[in-house]
Amino acid sequence: MSSPEDLTAPEQALYQARKGVYPKAVDGFYRRLKWGIMAVTLAIYYVTPWIRWDRGAYAPDQAVLVDLANRRFYMFQIEIWPHEFYYVVGLLIMAGIGLFLLTSAVGRAWCGYSCPQTVWTDLFQHVERFIDGDRNAQIRLEKAPWGSEKIGKRLSKWSVWLFIAFWTGGAWIMYFADAPTLVRDFWSGNAAPVAYATVGILTATTFIFGGFMREQVCIYMCPWPRIQTAMMDEKSLLVTYKDWRGEKRGSLKAAQADPAAFGDCIDCNQCVAVCPTGIDIREGPQIGCITCALCIDACDNVMAQIGKPRGLIDYCTLDDAEVEKAGGTGKTALKTLLHPRTLIYFGIWAAIGLAMLFTLGQRTRLDLAVQPDRNPVYVRLSDGSIRNNYTLKIRNMETRPRIVDVYVEGLPGAVVWTPDGDRAFAKANINFAVAPDAVHKVRLFIAAPAKGEERTEFRISTRARTGDERGDSDTVVFERPENEEEEDGE
Amino acid sequence: MAENKRIDAPTGTQTVGHEWDGIEELDTPMPRWWVLTFWACIIWALGYVVLFPAIPMLNNATQGVLNWSSRGQFEQELKAETLRRAPITNAIAAIPVEQLAGNEKLYQAAIEGGRAAFKVHCVQCHGSGAAGSKGYPNLNDDDWLWGGDLASIHYTLTNGVRQPDHEATRFSQMPAFAGMLANGEIDAVTSYVRSLSGLEKASAKSATGAAVFAANCASCHGVDGKGLREFGAPNLTDGIWLYGGDKASLTTTVNKARYGVMPRWDNRLDPVTIKMLAAYVHSLGGGEASPVPAATPAPDPAKVALNVQP
Repeated sequence: MSSPEDLTAPEQALYQARKGVYPKAVDGFYRRLKWGIMAVTLAIYYVTPWIRWDRGAYAPDQAVLVDLANRRFYMFQIEIWPHEFYYVVGLLIMAGIGLFLLTSAVGRAWCGYSCPQTVWTDLFQHVERFIDGDRNAQIRLEKAPWGSEKIGKRLSKWSVWLFIAFWTGGAWIMYFADAPTLVRDFWSGNAAPVAYATVGILTATTFIFGGFMREQVCIYMCPWPRIQTAMMDEKSLLVTYKDWRGEKRGSLKAAQADPAAFGDCIDCNQCVAVCPTGIDIREGPQIGCITCALCIDACDNVMAQIGKPRGLIDYCTLDDAEVEKAGGTGKTALKTLLHPRTLIYFGIWAAIGLAMLFTLGQRTRLDLAVQPDRNPVYVRLSDGSIRNNYTLKIRNMETRPRIVDVYVEGLPGAVVWTPDGDRAFAKANINFAVAPDAVHKVRLFIAAPAKGEERTEFRISTRARTGDERGDSDTVVFERPENEEEEDGE
Repeated sequence: MAENKRIDAPTGTQTVGHEWDGIEELDTPMPRWWVLTFWACIIWALGYVVLFPAIPMLNNATQGVLNWSSRGQFEQELKAETLRRAPITNAIAAIPVEQLAGNEKLYQAAIEGGRAAFKVHCVQCHGSGAAGSKGYPNLNDDDWLWGGDLASIHYTLTNGVRQPDHEATRFSQMPAFAGMLANGEIDAVTSYVRSLSGLEKASAKSATGAAVFAANCASCHGVDGKGLREFGAPNLTDGIWLYGGDKASLTTTVNKARYGVMPRWDNRLDPVTIKMLAAYVHSLGGGEASPVPAATPAPDPAKVALNVQP
């Protein structure tokens, strides 16, 4: 690598200005695929909060809603309470493993097709082409002095960007409140300050990241390309310039004059012109390549024009590259996709998903949590019996009011009452009316005869009178004084 | 080492000049916007230094033109919180204490306020769980020396127990019987008292004690030993002993008497806090209902219906 003559090199600048990238419009299979994915992802993002879902009178009718104020997460027929947050954790783990799975199967396809940074940058670049014209016009305009035309075009471009950015930020907050109400509140100035702040911040980040930072985000800010680099191997799909077919490159004229001396690459630079991150794929795999495959489309178009087979630049694994270099043909697409690592990732991903679906189907919608008083652990009453105090949290997770029976099991002679109640009328069970979709917190006094074990384990159980037959119960301890005989000396 | 800087051929980037077993590090230039964010942070910091306390001096720090301080902010927040609570505190101040339990919202607010005040003023004797200890009553149980309804608790809190120079204080004094009764009599009467709550079996000695009790103790503790709240005389038939129910403790009590005191709080705490403390103590599990005024009992609807002629 090192050669003696370049031991001393000129000092280079510490900082480097961004080189402008003016990607040329291109058409082809992958471009159309990107259009499709962009349409689907943007539609999901903008439309989802507006889907309605009937949950009855006591719950919001928004299909997907992260209700932070009331600490509920709604997703179609699934409602998640804060103590069930492990479902969200499970979703995040699935998202993470999903990225691994995607990387293992199709390389950096997430970066190239569905990452929001890519999708919005793509959208912004399309706006840019619509207003400024294609690559060459853009470069001309960039170099042109600030005149009325340039100012007009810049202002109109930035306004459209800002408009899109504002709607992006605006759509985000719709996931956190009832969308129609929030829209009204937002425009009448009655929405929460955090809503305006969120829209402001997201508008700014969308405008700056999509309009100006673009590939800088991918190369310098995003950790994912770096993590992905560690996950790539010789079986990973890469956008590959098949140098063994393309080199030695030369102009079309030169190649036609002496076909034997030149490869298929006519050095037309189209692959560089269309690249949204401004790299030259012919230099080999690099961090800047998000595998959006637009250079494949560009090169295929050129190959068609000069009558050469397509695929001088194509998706290819390093393994297949070796095979093809040696004159063979690579694996079929299906074989490339389904190697063992991909299947293992898929297995883990699917197992987590199925386990979550199974537990979702099994969960009860009535939950009991009991917290015994620790100070004092017991209270001796006038008649010599012992009282323990407990704080109960009864969660009615159905969206209707219910009557919930609470009863004590396994504590002989026990009676239960609340601070509002009276021990004189206390029995071994008690009931509460619990509001829909709410937590009922109540203090419970339980008294039992002093004779008995120092620590008696018993159960406090709940069951709703209507609906879900299954209830919930909690095993807790009833504490008594250490030793009855010594109690005299208290 | 720095003189070993060279241009790395595949990337075209200069190396930092260090080399470890053939591994070299590229000195990739930072993007310009990165250094711009750095400068932006410095400008932000300058503004911060001007606006807020920042630079340490000998005795103090620079004050900043906003004149902000954490203490000042705390005072503001405290003022705002007091204002926010004002409707509740005013309502608690206005409501008669015996009606507090009937107003769920005020009662709960008072309990929470009392919980906080208890931790400051009462835990020293009654313990953080209000469970008391020998000589200091357990406030969780259903046994009360001076009464357990809201008004009684409130009165005890306001005026204290056995406070000198205070007319309204709860006051009583058990005589020290050492010298007044013979040792045998004291032994007998403690046996009798213990037999009331089943700590001892009835015996010839306790029968002797019964006579001593009737002559010396019944005036305050009652003929049946169930105590009298007017005098703060404890119920001797229940399972709760403030100073211990064993023979030795009881003998000491009868010989020397006890003289438990509690501060009066009317000259130390504001009326709302005392009400809140009363509500908190009342809520601990032994709180008694306020006595219903003897006036007109509510008519039984069934009887009313029977008497109404169509």
